[in-house]
Amino acid sequence: MTPRTLFEKVWETHVVHRFPEGPALLYIDLHLVHEVTSPQAFEGLRQAGRRVRRPERTVATVDHNVPTGDRSLPLDDPIAATQLDTLAQNARAFGVELFDLASPQQGIVHVIGPELGLTQPGMIVVCGDSHTSTHGAFGAFALGIGTSEVEHVLATQCLVLAKPRTMEAHFNGRRSAGVTAKDLILALIGRIGTAGATGHVLEYTGEAIEALSMEERMTVCNMSIEAGARAGMIAPDETTFAYLEGRPRAPGNHDWGRTVVAWRQLASDPGAEYDRHVDIDAAAVGPQVTWGTSPGMVTDITGYVPNPVDFPTADERRAVERALAYMALTPGTPLEGLPIDRVFVGSCTNGRIEDLRAAAEIALGRKVASGVRAMVVPGSQQVKAQGEREGLDRIFREAGFEWRNAGCSLCLGMNADVLRRGERCASTSNRNFEGRQGAGGRTHLMSPAMAAAAAVAGRLVDVRAWAVA
Amino acid sequence: MTLTPFVRHFGKCAALPRANVDTDQIVPKQFLKRVERTGFGSALFHDWRLRPDGTQNTEFELNQAEAVGATILIAGANFGCGSSREHAVWALAEYGFRAILAPSFADIFSANCCQNGVAPVRLSGDQIEELVRRCRAGRGGYRLTVDLEAQRVTDDAGFAAAFTMEPYRREMLLRGLDEIGRTLLEEPRIADFERSRT
Repeated sequence: MTPRTLFEKVWETHVVHRFPEGPALLYIDLHLVHEVTSPQAFEGLRQAGRRVRRPERTVATVDHNVPTGDRSLPLDDPIAATQLDTLAQNARAFGVELFDLASPQQGIVHVIGPELGLTQPGMIVVCGDSHTSTHGAFGAFALGIGTSEVEHVLATQCLVLAKPRTMEAHFNGRRSAGVTAKDLILALIGRIGTAGATGHVLEYTGEAIEALSMEERMTVCNMSIEAGARAGMIAPDETTFAYLEGRPRAPGNHDWGRTVVAWRQLASDPGAEYDRHVDIDAAAVGPQVTWGTSPGMVTDITGYVPNPVDFPTADERRAVERALAYMALTPGTPLEGLPIDRVFVGSCTNGRIEDLRAAAEIALGRKVASGVRAMVVPGSQQVKAQGEREGLDRIFREAGFEWRNAGCSLCLGMNADVLRRGERCASTSNRNFEGRQGAGGRTHLMSPAMAAAAAVAGRLVDVRAWAVA
Repeated sequence: MTLTPFVRHFGKCAALPRANVDTDQIVPKQFLKRVERTGFGSALFHDWRLRPDGTQNTEFELNQAEAVGATILIAGANFGCGSSREHAVWALAEYGFRAILAPSFADIFSANCCQNGVAPVRLSGDQIEELVRRCRAGRGGYRLTVDLEAQRVTDDAGFAAAFTMEPYRREMLLRGLDEIGRTLLEEPRIADFERSRT
């Protein structure tokens, strides 16, 4: 039998039908739903008199527009409140489970899926959100879809998709101290560009990937979309199984052994071929910081703001000029030392417990620089509770960080957590687009430890020079 | 949802020759709280169209008099990257765009276009550059025909370019098909598949 990749194995076991014009009808194991991209889909079902075909494979939560402050107060944004109410009504009417604001399991959809054990190896997972790629860390094929496709999956439990090509991103060697999963993925995006993997499913392989924890793998897969990929995947292994065992929605004791045997078959076969391939030397990657308005505009913290004239094409020169004007940066400026106003630790990229621990290690016994507002927004209420059990909330509060409730928050600023015009933010999120964190706000993407160090220093710093207490 | 079929469209062009235009720019997040599919046209490129004080940014391409009433957008590479928000396509469609011509599109955006009767047409970088030149020279008078049936883009001054589109998506656009209705025709296969897995 021809050796197959992880992606091909998952794809083939989900093909319900091949349309004569080419694409496949794929069966969806898990459909995650949130308040922003679902109301029009449910309304479409209602208008057509359709039901949700498999409510038990559909799970909803609220994350994008929820306030992260005091949960006992009513929402002060009536339009956001309507969107939350609409999801609650839709969940009730169509029989879909909802983790709402009052739920101890509420959180960012890409944090709670894995946390609850809903996301499992070999599945196809979809959600009306581009960062659905996160779930690929488990060896699932997980992809973001639009609202019309959300409606399609609700109605049919299937998705029509042309088979993407495959691309292997092989990370050789070991990463050095102070370098995180975030740095690995930012370095890859810097190398191949934000359209570098368009039309492809990325599979991350190599020693540096195998050494990652599940949460770190989620950080890597999360930003696959920032490389333009349809999805990102990592082969399930002992790390994956150990993470899942005992989670509430993971297979129980009775089925566990048999299930793991099946999951072990998913890894790409030796000699399996990918359509494209890129090699990254993990040992050569330093802490990464973005300087522009696209995640591909990134360099080592030891680097400098580039000069537009050094870029090969007119398109790139124009884009860099625009980005530098927006970011208020001058070519040749060292990134280290750049003063910042805000710090955000959180998001589906870096809002899990290991991320908060890494930031807390830096914050411990130190103070946020005067004039800097720093917030920590756990990815889920369970992450928040875990952080409080470990005393991380106390470390952050004593250092002068705000400790908030779970949600997408300042990653996209749909709630009250936004940058003011001109503010510069050290952020652990995934997008540094113009206005992403607030109109006129300036975002620098980096790892949680780098962001925490920036909060303390009041400027971008190289975390490798910081002794951890 | 039934759509207007897209067979052939003759319309006025506007050029936005910037690479990596993300969906956060097409519809900023403050407009994503609506629970309807409508009402997004005025949000299109909001933070580029308006200055911080709320006045029109006259330098922005789509604010210029020549761009008023355009139905074909000539765009840069990797158009529609970033967030999956279909609101971006709803806004483009409501604003009046029926086709977007670019060297490349982000995958989710491209799929979203086809779900809404907007044709994402891929041409080469050189062809797009040529169209941008012609559009600018035309000073608001430049028109193109996008023929999805023949898979050709032409003007009346000698420009002609062939393009390809995934046959399934093309068929959807040509016939204004409701994808859900079509998939539900395969209901017995879906039910079989579910039985086979249990």
